[in-house]
Amino acid sequence: MSHDHDHHDNELDPFAARVRALETILTRKGLIDPAAIDVIVDTYETKIGPRNGARVVAKAWVDPEFAAWLKRDATAAIGSLGYSGRQGEHMQAVFNTKDTHNLVVCTLCSCYPWSVLGLPPVWYKAPPYRSRAVIDPRGVLEEFGLTLPAARKIRVWDSTAELRYLVVPMRPEGTEGWSEERLADLVTRDAMIGTALAREPA
Amino acid sequence: MNGPQDLGGQMGFGPVAPEKDEPYFHAEWEKRALGVSLCAGAMGAWTIDESRHARESLHPADYYASSYYQIWIKALEVLLKRHGFVSERDLAAGKALDAAVTPKRVLKAENVPAVLAKGGPCDRPVATPARFKAGQHVRTKNFNPTGHTRLPRYARGKQGVVEAVRDGFVFPDSNAHGHGENPQWVYTVVFEGAEIWGEGADPTLTVSIDAWESYLEPA
Repeated sequence: MSHDHDHHDNELDPFAARVRALETILTRKGLIDPAAIDVIVDTYETKIGPRNGARVVAKAWVDPEFAAWLKRDATAAIGSLGYSGRQGEHMQAVFNTKDTHNLVVCTLCSCYPWSVLGLPPVWYKAPPYRSRAVIDPRGVLEEFGLTLPAARKIRVWDSTAELRYLVVPMRPEGTEGWSEERLADLVTRDAMIGTALAREPA
Repeated sequence: MNGPQDLGGQMGFGPVAPEKDEPYFHAEWEKRALGVSLCAGAMGAWTIDESRHARESLHPADYYASSYYQIWIKALEVLLKRHGFVSERDLAAGKALDAAVTPKRVLKAENVPAVLAKGGPCDRPVATPARFKAGQHVRTKNFNPTGHTRLPRYARGKQGVVEAVRDGFVFPDSNAHGHGENPQWVYTVVFEGAEIWGEGADPTLTVSIDAWESYLEPA
């Protein structure tokens, strides 16, 4: 219902026509620059995505000083890698441990750390996840194929203010001596939301 | 407001159904919807709080039947009309018919990288010291405002513990309505699952919200 997977870029799609009309009206009135839209889209398709967050996590895994900084002042630590700006102005990093698993949601809208994860996936913005993450997180995680040990505590962070949360998953066993670059490949978007763990080394 | 956006703990929406290798956009119009929304916001006529309130003010049936980019566009039309940039006639005709008010600024392509890199920080100095400290027990207020608020229903009238005192932040409940930023301290408050969900709650669960100071009282 809240998914739009069946929509395509089709002149006959009434919503596509509605958006096109709005863009045309605003452009004709000189209120927006369509070329600016192109730059915005290109930025979030090619420049700002979960690879940013993966580099942050990989660095935290290999560099205890950076990890401590990330815990203390995530905005500055993440900014030092060049990731900042829109929807990443006020960052908090939360670290998974053997005792506690962290899960991030925005029950009230779709708050998400764009600067490190890019644009949120559809499911993150849709009612099933937003409604259930806070009341039935284990059930939600099962749907992502993640079964946590029964004794593992679950902490759900509802992003109700302007703080944006990045989950730092636990470093997988068997990755001693790996480079940051190689480690970053194990860090998925979902692992940084908390709906997955970091990938195991192949 | 107790609107359709306040989803925490609601039931009946079905499974999450994550999509494997989900693309950033599912249609070309979604790209334009993102860009139009950001460019229109960059005119500076409304705040992020006002835009959130416009989205949650959609009729619940409309909100739940819409994808998120559809919600953005429907709310954007409301904002553009409210602030004098488009008219009902413009939208009905799909053409620019009526004159628009002059925006504070127009986002040009060459300025996009700098604008996105700057973002829109919402932290502000607060004149008074923080009323609560980490470790303190607090209770969230029970209220049902008709305007914008960021205290979800599931977390009203609940006892929790302040885990962290954050910064001063713009207060959305007033800012969304053009009544000023009135910054307040924000706290991360943690609740036991059972305090929120009662009988049958997951015993391993804790939930936190970020709460403005006026949402809280000592417990």
